[in-house]
Amino acid sequence: MHCPKCHAPMHTFNRNGVQIEQCSGCRGIFLDYGELEALTRMESQWAQPAPPPPGAPQAYPAAPAAPAWGAPHHGGHYGHHGHKRHKSFGHMLFSS
Amino acid sequence: MTGVTDVTGVIGATAEVMPALAARARRTAHPAGGTCAHPDTVLAERDDGAVVRHGDTVAKAHAPGTDPADLARRLAAAVALPAVLLAPLRPAPVALHGRQVTFWPYGTPVDPDAPDDAPWEAAGALLARLHRAPAPAGLPPMRGPAKAARAIARLRAAGPHPAAAPVLRAWATLPAWARDERPQPDTATLCHGDVHLGQLVRHPDGTAAWRLIDVDDLGVGVPGWDLARPAAWYACGLLPPGDWTRFLTAYREEGGPAVPPAGDPWPALDVPARALTVQTAALAVAKSVAAGRPLDEVQQAVVDACDRMAATPPELVQDSTK
Repeated sequence: MHCPKCHAPMHTFNRNGVQIEQCSGCRGIFLDYGELEALTRMESQWAQPAPPPPGAPQAYPAAPAAPAWGAPHHGGHYGHHGHKRHKSFGHMLFSS
Repeated sequence: MTGVTDVTGVIGATAEVMPALAARARRTAHPAGGTCAHPDTVLAERDDGAVVRHGDTVAKAHAPGTDPADLARRLAAAVALPAVLLAPLRPAPVALHGRQVTFWPYGTPVDPDAPDDAPWEAAGALLARLHRAPAPAGLPPMRGPAKAARAIARLRAAGPHPAAAPVLRAWATLPAWARDERPQPDTATLCHGDVHLGQLVRHPDGTAAWRLIDVDDLGVGVPGWDLARPAAWYACGLLPPGDWTRFLTAYREEGGPAVPPAGDPWPALDVPARALTVQTAALAVAKSVAAGRPLDEVQQAVVDACDRMAATPPELVQDSTK
């Protein structure tokens, strides 16, 4: 099957029993009839608190290990550079 | 395309190479000639690498002074590992206006405007596979420490800046190998040498699987160097812990040898992450001096990390002081 938008070939993936076609070019996703509803149903189940499996660790550690010279806000809430990615850091991610 | 007259007298000057490079990309994309509607897109125009795309073909002019034999060995490593490194279209470089030129298929890069979509798992897994692959005989050293030393030279040449002193103090805490003054303690592990998000592209073969690009710094060396930019960004408080964990976990699950399979990775990452932090800070300060602009918040965070390094000696790891 080919993508209706960019005409690149689409590949089929199985996500929790739902067949999803994803375009290899533009990464767009095609869902068959009823698949969106199936995904929505699974999402709502996921959002409900599930009982922890027996023997599972209580929680993931608050923050992964960091060196002594690291930024002082490690270990607590994520610091002042947090969620909104700084433009300058966006550039740094792609620079030699 | 007719020949480009060398009016500058500088062999291999980047501006002079560009038209010829575009012509080579065109000719490689369309061996039978004829006209086409593809534009010539300049993807990079720096002295250390000029890159032009034409259709599905990319031509790269490597830095002036690039050793053709070393480049050929690095290309051969990419040819030998096509599931990890994007393979070149031709196995050998060609000379063009005094520059070494290589040809590549065009792969779709990570969107610089959407770094939150960055494929951290793929990056970790690809690096693990690279580090586990046998290094071809005769491959030169990975050039990460050489690049760090070059950034320090650039900082020293830039002129006075209040942030220069903490960056140079942090540099002085590093072992000689990390300053490119001695050979690296690992001379067998295949490494990329310049990992960042711009070095990942989706393969154009229809699978859209990620590959690493840019073999200029590829070689044998300390594999922790390839994890050190994300490690440094995380340590400096710039990369969210979740992104760092995704990258490191994928690397470990794929059996990457740079860090132990579980537990604290920092004894192995401390020196390379310090070096990359210093390199990033040195370039930021040099650019700040050149542009007459103050450091921004992100650049200051990297300089501040350098300041703290001087107070904390590097973590000792076996063989790190060789």
